[in-house]
Amino acid sequence: MARIRLLVGTRKGAFILTSDEARDRWSVAGPHFPGWEIYHLKASPVNPDRIYASQTSSWFGQVMQRSDDGGLTWTATGNHFAYDGIPGTHQWYDGTPHPWEFKRVWHVEPSLTEADTVYAGVEDAALFVSRDAGASWTELSGLRQHNTGPAWQPGAGGMCLHSIIQDPTNPARIYVAISAAGAFRTDDAGASWRPINRGLRSEHIPDPEAEIGHCVHHIAMHPSRPATLFMQKHWDVMRTDDGGDSWHEISGNLPTDFGFVIDVHAHEPDTLYVVPIKSDAEHFPLDGALRVYRSRTGGQDWEPLTQGLPAQNCYVNVLRDAMAVDRLDPCGIYFGTTGGQVYASANAGDDWAPVVRDLPAVLSVEVQTLP
Amino acid sequence: MTCRIRVELPSSLCLLARTPREILLQVESPTPNHIIDALEASHPALRGTLRDQGTRRRRPFIRFFACQTDVSHDCPDEPLPDAIASGAEPFLVVGAIAGG
Repeated sequence: MARIRLLVGTRKGAFILTSDEARDRWSVAGPHFPGWEIYHLKASPVNPDRIYASQTSSWFGQVMQRSDDGGLTWTATGNHFAYDGIPGTHQWYDGTPHPWEFKRVWHVEPSLTEADTVYAGVEDAALFVSRDAGASWTELSGLRQHNTGPAWQPGAGGMCLHSIIQDPTNPARIYVAISAAGAFRTDDAGASWRPINRGLRSEHIPDPEAEIGHCVHHIAMHPSRPATLFMQKHWDVMRTDDGGDSWHEISGNLPTDFGFVIDVHAHEPDTLYVVPIKSDAEHFPLDGALRVYRSRTGGQDWEPLTQGLPAQNCYVNVLRDAMAVDRLDPCGIYFGTTGGQVYASANAGDDWAPVVRDLPAVLSVEVQTLP
Repeated sequence: MTCRIRVELPSSLCLLARTPREILLQVESPTPNHIIDALEASHPALRGTLRDQGTRRRRPFIRFFACQTDVSHDCPDEPLPDAIASGAEPFLVVGAIAGG
């Protein structure tokens, strides 16, 4: 019987939630690293018991952790993230030059093929890689040193590199997204990068053809279609079918197209999930009703999924890394809220139930489908 | 001059490094920088948690106390009082009271 392991990062520690494949009874382990912000945890697809975690604190800086036994025990690994060369400046909120300063790791992305290789997306935006299981980190500096780098600006949450997607058919191709610079792609394993933002429209950018400056919140891909990406932008849900060379909007009949998360069904590459949020000023669901929206047509046509979710008085947010899908059939969908709830659906979103209700604010949710 | 210095850590760092609240360090000379060097050498999990690893500057929300005096803003290469050097008093590392 398969098992499910949820890796939940919160404002005050990490939690590991486990279930059998029925996904209706859960065991909760944690908090691991109590009191620390756990921006993200993710396991290696090569060695599922190896989990990498980003542990951070305004007091004590950045710590990286690795578990080699599925989260039972942890070891602090290397945490020195030094920008390559003299990092120079990017733009500050007011448009003035501001020195590049490492603040924290937002996202860890283990390699699809090497258990000792893991990528880290950091604030201020840069991509690092470790090829020794987290002992040491090297910047893939071609990204930050792109000629647009000095013009990148932070979003409201900081200038973070928050999304890293590897092409399973082409190890040299990686996609990343940065708030608020946009999406970028490498086709030479990180040596050089190009912005892939054509077709994005952002009302705060006067130039409709702007190469950078877009506040991308999250991107998602189905492994069977690596040239198709789905994006939840600050406003707008977008789609590309040519590896980011061009994007078109698929917000369709969503009640609001602001939001943070976006994910793809495990077995249906045209079935998408988003959680619409009222606006950039009001980071909570419309009308106090928490709803996941599903499109079975690759976008445009969306249906609300409400069964088991709060229908009133719900004013939480769902942050960009806080949704995940498992590999079972029917596919399980999971998301966490800033109110500390983690919701699960064992039938592709038709019905929902809380796994836990009272964790600290959830920053990230990842899921493992284990044999 | 080698000193045996008592260092008291905030609870978050004790959990991280799996240490008791107070630890004993053999330190080359009784300065904050030498104490942190010895601390990081003996407890690698604490690397970078008190000081930025690149600049070696104290983290903004970390405070150092010696003999009931805040020495956070003193030069980190200046010797601490004799009571710290002799181990009569602990060198206190404190997380600033801020945030939630």
